[in-house]
Amino acid sequence: MGQVVLVTGVAGDLGRRFAAQLSGSPEVERVIGVDVLPPRGDLAGADFVRADIRNPVIAKVIVRERVDTVVHTSVTATPAAAGGRTSTKELNVIGTMQLLAACQQAPDVRKLVLKSSAAFYGASHRDPAMFTEGMTAKRLPGSGFAKDVTEVESYTRGFARRRPDVAVTTLRLANVIGPKITTAMGGYFRLPVIPTVLGFNPRMQFLHALDALDVLEHATLSDVTGTFNVCGDGIITLAQAIRRIGRPSLPLPGFAVPSFGSAIRQTRVADFSPEQVAFLTFGRGLDTSRMRSMLGFEPAFTTAQAFADFASSLSPGVFAPARVQATEAALVGALTSGGDRRG
Amino acid sequence: MGDAEIIPIGTRGKPGRGTGETKPSANSRSLAAKPATRAPAKKSPSPRPKAPSQRATPTPPRASSAPEEVVPTPEPVETAATTVEPDATRPTPDDQPTSLPTRSPVTADHRHPTPGIPPLEWLSALTSASKELFGANWEPKLAEFLAFLRRRLTGDYTVDAYGFDQEVTEQFLLAAVRPIAKKWFRVEVRGAENIPAEGGALVVSNHSGTVPLDGLITAVSIRDHTDRFLRPLGADLVFRLPVIGDLARKGGATLACNEDAERMLRGGELVGVWPEGFKGIGKPFSERYKLQRFGRGGFVSAAIRTGVPIIPTSVVGAEEIYPLVGNIPSLARLLGIPYLPITPLFPLLGPLGLVPLPSKWLIEFGEPIRTDDYDVGAAEDPMLVFNVTDQVRESIQQTLYSLLMKRKSVFS
Repeated sequence: MGQVVLVTGVAGDLGRRFAAQLSGSPEVERVIGVDVLPPRGDLAGADFVRADIRNPVIAKVIVRERVDTVVHTSVTATPAAAGGRTSTKELNVIGTMQLLAACQQAPDVRKLVLKSSAAFYGASHRDPAMFTEGMTAKRLPGSGFAKDVTEVESYTRGFARRRPDVAVTTLRLANVIGPKITTAMGGYFRLPVIPTVLGFNPRMQFLHALDALDVLEHATLSDVTGTFNVCGDGIITLAQAIRRIGRPSLPLPGFAVPSFGSAIRQTRVADFSPEQVAFLTFGRGLDTSRMRSMLGFEPAFTTAQAFADFASSLSPGVFAPARVQATEAALVGALTSGGDRRG
Repeated sequence: MGDAEIIPIGTRGKPGRGTGETKPSANSRSLAAKPATRAPAKKSPSPRPKAPSQRATPTPPRASSAPEEVVPTPEPVETAATTVEPDATRPTPDDQPTSLPTRSPVTADHRHPTPGIPPLEWLSALTSASKELFGANWEPKLAEFLAFLRRRLTGDYTVDAYGFDQEVTEQFLLAAVRPIAKKWFRVEVRGAENIPAEGGALVVSNHSGTVPLDGLITAVSIRDHTDRFLRPLGADLVFRLPVIGDLARKGGATLACNEDAERMLRGGELVGVWPEGFKGIGKPFSERYKLQRFGRGGFVSAAIRTGVPIIPTSVVGAEEIYPLVGNIPSLARLLGIPYLPITPLFPLLGPLGLVPLPSKWLIEFGEPIRTDDYDVGAAEDPMLVFNVTDQVRESIQQTLYSLLMKRKSVFS
């Protein structure tokens, strides 16, 4: 008999795709997608139950459907139900509390997978180059998504203590990026002119959307417990990334960024929350040796490949690599032939 | 007006030289009058050979030295003679002496189509410039340079986990510091053979000079003598600063914390650490060459944990580059920096005071102190860590004294 999996946050892009992918897995008997809003696309073989995880009714769903695996993917910086920061926090923190309370009462639950975020580590100038899973943010976040993540993880740890029979896996995903998926970083790089923080060139890591789905599936189906960083190999800097998509950047002095960021946020084009700004200033690196050795997962895309795949979905910018290359070739050709003519 | 535009280059559209008058000066009028008056006298069909021959003596020097002086003549001189000649013959009927007849010949026809430099000229200029720049074998070098530019512009380069950009470090950062090290500070390196050719090692050095230039100079010296990159560990302040933090990461630096130090040493890097930190570079000139406290010995435990040798390094000369005679702690606190230096030259001479004094530098890499003999738990033994720290500190201090004895004077 296969697993019965409950997936939260299926109104979001990643959650929906994950539910659809998981429903095709032979080891899974049933997939139930839950969210307050209906999914905006195909759920494949998964069932959708419209339920609010902030409401105790979720407990009834879990018990009635005899759910044994819960995959919590609704903790997100940019919720599908685009509300303000308050409703996002409500959904992230209170939603997780209610969901965990429901799981604790459900005798059939054997496995919990939490999709967390690398935002857990924050970003500051006192960060080590690479974060391992045992480290925490150098500066505890006072508000925002980073604080949500911290609280959600601490509730999850509490749940793991109270229900030692449940295998709890926490995946701290780096920034997910992909050609077909809308994410915070994707929105940022889709801006026609990319604002950056003057004088800073953060290191970044990306996780391809396909790898994100795969690692969630891998964690759902395996028995590994613990907390794992998940991201593609290697690092690219922001300047590098911007040059690879050939868009112009707009360096803003550090003091101007917060006000500019809130203005951008109003337009909902891209996320420019304070923690996002910190990330764009100082960057972050994740150590993924545990992901390989303990979780046994190997991402198909490196950071650079994931970004290249994402970049291929964008229209080429003014300084697109192809154009630069053509210019170089023309220049070299002209100069060398000109030199030959003159001897 | 059209005729303002056809005035030869350099007059800013005004005839005559610098008088600001619309009419040419008396001198140029008298000069200009001659061809106009003489040409009809000589009968138009055959003025060509004569007009130049008569005027050959006076005009060419003038035209070359100050072409704006004469309104009509410069035109035949500057543009191709063959094209102007028919125009020059035309003014014969009208006897108006000066500017009008000569301006109206529409030499503009020849100037307007190519207002800029023709592309071929650009090309040859570029070619000769690159010959100048890259020397005889310029073609492959230029191609290489353009490829480098293209790689930078398209982001087609790699950085390591710490943000180290080898290309930029080698081509720009080290290349910029190298002449300073060689020509300005005349660095002398001793004991470079003590740096292992490969594998992790920890270079521990004294820190001095108000501005941490000694780190840069040490990095260049190591690169030049051992072909290895020094990976410095920097204070968190460095990474908070715009531009500097970015350059530091590009140059291979990372934050001075145990996690990064151990990760780098395990990765087989040559890591540089300055355990005195701001206490070292910010100490007054009167305390020069007196080593300050060596932090908490974190660097020793990192070396013991990873089993890499510690190379005590002594730098003489950095103390004198910016003699720190005063400090404004209140202002420094306001700016969030550890100290605000006053040197004999700095606020006094303004930006000129930022030029370091050309002291003579000696860098000595001492005998490596091995840590691979210690067992695993040794790093947790504070007494042992303190002992090794002291050993490193003593070794550096003694070397400093002996180097100071060897140096004839501060500036030679």
